[in-house]
Amino acid sequence: MNRLLVPVNGNDHIQGSADAEWTLVEYGDYECPVCGQAYPIVKQLQEHLGDQLLFVFRNFPLREIHPNAEHAAETAEFAAGYGSFWEMHDVLFENQDRLEDEILIGLAAQIGLPASKLRRSLASEIFRGRIDLDFRGGIRSGVNGTPTFFINGVRHDGGFGFEMLLRAFAEAK
Amino acid sequence: MNLSNQSVIPLTGTGSGVRRSKILPAGSVAPPFSLSVTPSQALALREFLGRPVILAFYPADWSPVCGDQMALYNEVLPEFARYGAAMVGISVDSVWCHAAFAASRNLHFPLASDFEPKGHIARLYRAYREADGTCERALFVIDRNGIVAWSYLSPVAVNPGADGILEALDKLTGKLVG
Repeated sequence: MNRLLVPVNGNDHIQGSADAEWTLVEYGDYECPVCGQAYPIVKQLQEHLGDQLLFVFRNFPLREIHPNAEHAAETAEFAAGYGSFWEMHDVLFENQDRLEDEILIGLAAQIGLPASKLRRSLASEIFRGRIDLDFRGGIRSGVNGTPTFFINGVRHDGGFGFEMLLRAFAEAK
Repeated sequence: MNLSNQSVIPLTGTGSGVRRSKILPAGSVAPPFSLSVTPSQALALREFLGRPVILAFYPADWSPVCGDQMALYNEVLPEFARYGAAMVGISVDSVWCHAAFAASRNLHFPLASDFEPKGHIARLYRAYREADGTCERALFVIDRNGIVAWSYLSPVAVNPGADGILEALDKLTGKLVG
């Protein structure tokens, strides 16, 4: 059984209440089509479970097979500096077929972030270290592809359909 | 996956979730090999003497991309490099198949072809699935002297990730590369 070695902490992007019964940690890649399929399912779970669910998203870009994944992740981290991480996270998954730099900069402008600053951030990759930290923690915890989910700190090896995840939550209770 | 009717563990068969701890264990001398990695190049185990090497036997090229074991190791190469460790993937696919697969995944480590005689090296590591005619999903970390330091047999349908490899490398080098 693989366990999450990096507990949810203050550096994480978190949705939901700290008192939640369940913690769902996703290691994901904005350009991964399977993560794209999981995205609305996580939303559905959040709606269904309300404040019983704490959701954390960590970066796990598969850079060699998804050439835009790194900069997409950096764009979300950039947005986090303006309190807009989740808004950007959602927009990225909703536009995951086209995540070239110019598109990313356009998306940032759309949600009211300073596009020129993002352009400079992407050029210098200043958020890369933060993303590497997520990635390396994930590797150590047994992340083996994207998306990988941990439910209450244990890697979920089954499918991630809504019903399957609900069942896994019930078992983790 | 229902394991309840598999209490009698078959040595062969297509069972996907059954652990068979039969692969070459830690402490064994790693069987030497020389396998083709491209149509014109071979790779021998002895080339890695003096540094750790990770052998990742896997059933076949072309598993789904985002959960692909080789694609994952490709991303973890910088971590392996911190230990001075080399990575080699091994399956029974031909060099041409490997070439197309490596190009599609942008792989930066060699894939060895255990193609003729088919599975010969996998058998030496006791990591061959007779019933399927493929390699097991089995990992070996071999130390700088050519001794197996760690081995792991994964259920064939489960990508074992890289955490076990990194732990083995930690132990091998006696330190946690942080």
